Amino acid sequence: MARSGRKLPAINSSSMADIAFLLLVFFLVTTTIATDKGLTLTLPPKADPNEPPPDITKNQRNIFKILVNSSDRILVEDEPLTDVTELRSMVKEFILNFGKADQDAQDLYNTLPQSLKALSQQSESSSDFPKEAVVSFKADRGTSYDIYIAILDELQGAFYEIYGERIGLTADEFRGLDRKKPAENEKYKKARDGFPMNISIAEPTKIGGN
Amino acid sequence: MAKFKKKSKTSQDIPTAALPDIIFMLLFFFMVTTVLRESTIMVKQSIPKATQLRKLEQKKLVSYLYVGKPTDTKKFGAEPKIQANDAFIEIEGIIQFIEEEKGKLAENEKDQITISIKVDDETKMGIVADIQEKMRDVNARKLMYAASRRAD
Repeated sequence: MARSGRKLPAINSSSMADIAFLLLVFFLVTTTIATDKGLTLTLPPKADPNEPPPDITKNQRNIFKILVNSSDRILVEDEPLTDVTELRSMVKEFILNFGKADQDAQDLYNTLPQSLKALSQQSESSSDFPKEAVVSFKADRGTSYDIYIAILDELQGAFYEIYGERIGLTADEFRGLDRKKPAENEKYKKARDGFPMNISIAEPTKIGGN
Repeated sequence: MAKFKKKSKTSQDIPTAALPDIIFMLLFFFMVTTVLRESTIMVKQSIPKATQLRKLEQKKLVSYLYVGKPTDTKKFGAEPKIQANDAFIEIEGIIQFIEEEKGKLAENEKDQITISIKVDDETKMGIVADIQEKMRDVNARKLMYAASRRAD
């Protein structure tokens, strides 16, 4: 016989929110949202011990030298520098100098937007054209990682800003381009065409530190 | 005297019936995004801040190295150490570590391996340079300096 007339027992659900809150707080506390972000870099291949190191025939004017010593003092093109954030505009001016542009470089120059052309000073004492220009960055073993990252950040920032401006994006938007999508990959290639990211990170000196 | 008292019929209570649902929604969000750490980090980790960050596209190609002062300085000393997976390794051990990590990848992906190094910002460059040297030795040339976003 079916038991009729009896009320269905209702579970009191007023504490449901409390239970959910408790779980929520637990996950809030334990959560570390994955932060797989950082400055990317491709290291040069290992030098072949059988081959002598290549002669450096580069002209001094095509090298933008940054040295950092073990007490975190910065020397940029033989001048001391205290504010790291100045580096970005210095590097941009150096790359975009177009001092002695050959035909290819002149064509490249003509494709640049006005804002980048304006940075070109065509000075004799600075870089010939972007493909030749190299930013050389040398630290010491005693340099703190903090400064190293700050400088590398500025250097990469200078390049990304140039790339972005060429295709009408900000540096942030440029870095966000997804190369798996053909349209965005096309943009990426267009932005980098003729402008290699010539950042040379030399092996650190061994004056300070272990 | 005029009557000022107005009787409003609308109820002043906010209905809270949907509250558990909202909380559950938040709960699920955090449950899904949570990554429970596989290894405990035994070095101090205060990641430097930078602006020009890029995201890593393929997570399975990434291996992590943690560098910093050991948190347990009494046991391990105050010199910066390298941690891979669950243990401290010496500089020479990096080659073996990278080879092992490469072994987990398919043949065509082996050269694509990316090493993400999470270095504490008080560390000196010497140890970082050593790691890079070893990476070049085993032809693992993709490197990422882990950093967090700086708002400016």
